[in-house]
Amino acid sequence: MTKTEPQMSLSRVFWYTLRRDILLAYRRRNDLVSPLAFFVMVASLFPLGVSPDPAFLSEVAAGVVWVAALLSTLLSMDSLFRSDFDDGSLEQMLLTPQPLALLVVAKVLAHWLVSGFPLIVLAPLLGVMLFLPDAGFGPLVLTLLLGTPTLSLIGAIGAALTVGLRKGGVLITLLVLPLYIPVLIFGTGAVMAAANGLAIGGYLAILGAILALGLVLAPLAIAAALRISVSN
Amino acid sequence: MAKKWKMPKWFYQLGSPRWFYDISDRLLPWFAIPAVLLLVIGAVWGLAFAPADYQQGNSFRIIYVHVPSAVLAQSAYMLMAVAGAINLIWKMKVADMVAKSCAPIGATLAVLALATGAIWGKPTWGAWWVWDARLTSMLILLFLYIGVYVLYSAIENEVKAGQAGAVLALVGLVNIPIIKYSVEWWNTLHQPSTFKVTEKPAMPPEMYLPLILMVLGFYCFFAVALMLRTRAEVLRRERRSGWVQQLVEAS
Repeated sequence: MTKTEPQMSLSRVFWYTLRRDILLAYRRRNDLVSPLAFFVMVASLFPLGVSPDPAFLSEVAAGVVWVAALLSTLLSMDSLFRSDFDDGSLEQMLLTPQPLALLVVAKVLAHWLVSGFPLIVLAPLLGVMLFLPDAGFGPLVLTLLLGTPTLSLIGAIGAALTVGLRKGGVLITLLVLPLYIPVLIFGTGAVMAAANGLAIGGYLAILGAILALGLVLAPLAIAAALRISVSN
Repeated sequence: MAKKWKMPKWFYQLGSPRWFYDISDRLLPWFAIPAVLLLVIGAVWGLAFAPADYQQGNSFRIIYVHVPSAVLAQSAYMLMAVAGAINLIWKMKVADMVAKSCAPIGATLAVLALATGAIWGKPTWGAWWVWDARLTSMLILLFLYIGVYVLYSAIENEVKAGQAGAVLALVGLVNIPIIKYSVEWWNTLHQPSTFKVTEKPAMPPEMYLPLILMVLGFYCFFAVALMLRTRAEVLRRERRSGWVQQLVEAS
């Protein structure tokens, strides 16, 4: 065959990749439960380990939920490229004429939809268990909504860098955690401010700005990292 | 047809480990001697002869170690990221070796800055550690160094390790402006910059001149340490090439 196939439009490629990853996640439903269970368990360790006093818990609730969400995202990150790397479909993805950064955004979005979004749905429940002040619930969900996609994007850089390594799991945490700290600071800062009756617009704006920056730059870094990890 | 622009010749020579080994051998004394002179003069002047602070007494003298190590920790990170970028773009072996050698030196300087800050903080602020923006972002810098260092040692293939480390170093570059401006953006406990290039310092000359000597001395010391580490790395990686074997036989 000498005639080359016409290229698929970018939006169709994006949509196909997204659908493929969500379908794969749906077929392996058990893998999705463990980060969620981890999220709930980590959060429930704090009342048991530190203090069950409601006054104390209501003060730390935002931080506990955020740290638990952060660790849970980190835990699920290793699986982002792992199975694609193992069965060789990642190499096929690198060979497609479509921009790799776009495919990567689709993969990260799919990953966030199946592992990040459920965390946000569960977060208010944990808030109730940890006596989060009433004024904090809306901001908690809003900050997680703005913050967890950033966590997924940054985590994907670490996942892409370590995908070729056997002991990637622990290494990811070392690479990625320092970069998570700003998101954590502004996320919990907003909830604390709301609980004290202060304005949170500034915090949300900064979280949104970090997300915008991450959405533009992280896919390029992820794509570069994947090319390094897969090349031999 | 437009003339294709080329990088100058010396830029390509930088990519040759052997050329780097020869030139750094000649450059070393030009950095080592000023490093010793500047550090000795700066330390003696700053620690023994500079006037005591009217509020902090003699405890302020730790800035003669604290400020230079903090400045250098950030500069070393930027050098690591730039060298990493050069490695990614032009695939230069020497740039990769420089970037790899930056990580442990930079991490040590970051530890030194944090430790001296803690020792100074205890009598002045009344606490070893405060969760202040400058301190936290400096701690993140240390974590980033550790991440880059661990990534370099985790990947066995040296070319891949260099590229992966470079990507991580470039991503972590976002932290540098945060450290720089943390004291201006957030109203924190850590005081603003001790001196700026563009403004006259708030300290008398007999206090800031030794500090400038110390900063310059630290830069020279860093250059020496970096060259020594990179030279060792050159020898290790080029151990199979003829010129290294000749060098070993001759010694």
